[in-house]
Amino acid sequence: MTRLALAGVACARGGRSLFAGVSLALGAGDAAVVTGANGAGKSTLLRVAAGLLAPVAGVVERDGSVALLSEAAALDAERTLRDALGWWAGVDGTAGRIAAALTATGLADLAEVPVRWLSTGQRRRAGMARVLVQDADIWLLDEPANGLDTGSVAVLEGIVADRRAGGGIVVVATHLPLAMPGAMQVAL
Amino acid sequence: MIVWRIAWRDVRRGWASGGVLLPVAFFLLVATLFPFAIGPDAATLARVGGGVIWAAALLAALLPVERLIAPDLDAGVLDQLAVRGVALPVVALAKLIGHWAGFAPPLMAAAVIAAGLFGLSGPALLRVELGLLIGTPGLAALAVVTAALTSGLRGAGALAGIVMLPFAIPIVIFGAGSLGGVGAAGALKLLGTVSLLLVAGAPVVAGAAMRMSQD
Repeated sequence: MTRLALAGVACARGGRSLFAGVSLALGAGDAAVVTGANGAGKSTLLRVAAGLLAPVAGVVERDGSVALLSEAAALDAERTLRDALGWWAGVDGTAGRIAAALTATGLADLAEVPVRWLSTGQRRRAGMARVLVQDADIWLLDEPANGLDTGSVAVLEGIVADRRAGGGIVVVATHLPLAMPGAMQVAL
Repeated sequence: MIVWRIAWRDVRRGWASGGVLLPVAFFLLVATLFPFAIGPDAATLARVGGGVIWAAALLAALLPVERLIAPDLDAGVLDQLAVRGVALPVVALAKLIGHWAGFAPPLMAAAVIAAGLFGLSGPALLRVELGLLIGTPGLAALAVVTAALTSGLRGAGALAGIVMLPFAIPIVIFGAGSLGGVGAAGALKLLGTVSLLLVAGAPVVAGAAMRMSQD
């Protein structure tokens, strides 16, 4: 059963306490939106949820595979978008999902373009395509709407809704408004 | 398997960015400069040639240190691998294999040219190549550890040299010692021991260092 639960999580960076007592429990189809001022610890909370950082206090429980969209796209800049996605698909064993992910993010026409030539918004969507290819249960998206135009934001909202409908969990850290009906609000 | 996947990616990236030719060109340049500096005496050149090749190999292994791990840290590749449950020592082992495969075989080919410049005899060249085959994995291990330790720092190039070179002293001593004289066979065995120890320890140390820069 897909599950993500944080209980009383506290985190500090560089000796400075960022947040404390953050709790949330998400099951299949649930979502959470993490909001807060710059430097409030939104990205840190996602890294804690992903298991990349150990919290100072509290417990993180995950049941299900995790996909993380962080600030960097983690795609090889010198390769074409299709090949760069293909490397991760090889790691995940999901090569069959590349074409659909490119179409869903509106990048099908750019599949043969080297990643370094993509614009900021296109790179953000490429990162989202990487998440789609991975086919994970729990999505942790850090500012997925950064640099996206209005149309692309709507596409992103659709992708998130699809994942939830498919029994996934989506946690989004954002300072931009995103339509996610029924999502739990976490204000840092 | 994930190790080969990461190693192959590193080799491919190294070739694509011309990063493999650079250490080899550097190696040949150092080997070319020495005869000019020492003078054209054939006997002297033949005597110091093997040692110069070893020192040049060490410097060439150090050259790509800055692009071994730091770019993957910045691009979030290490995070993505960690999220997928790939242990960092496994990543470090893959980096070691990739780095070795990227620089050692071209270097050994270039050593043939360098041996020509120094007028090394056939058997002497064979000893150099055998030593390089045994010693370069150790150099690659040192380079990966250094790359991991300095991956979170800016302008780590000079620092990397200061960190790595002292640890490379045993490799150079036993590598050059295996070229001839008293105890040459023993030196080759000790070279193998040092190299093996470095290769065995590097993934753990480099993994821990990467973990720290990831935080």
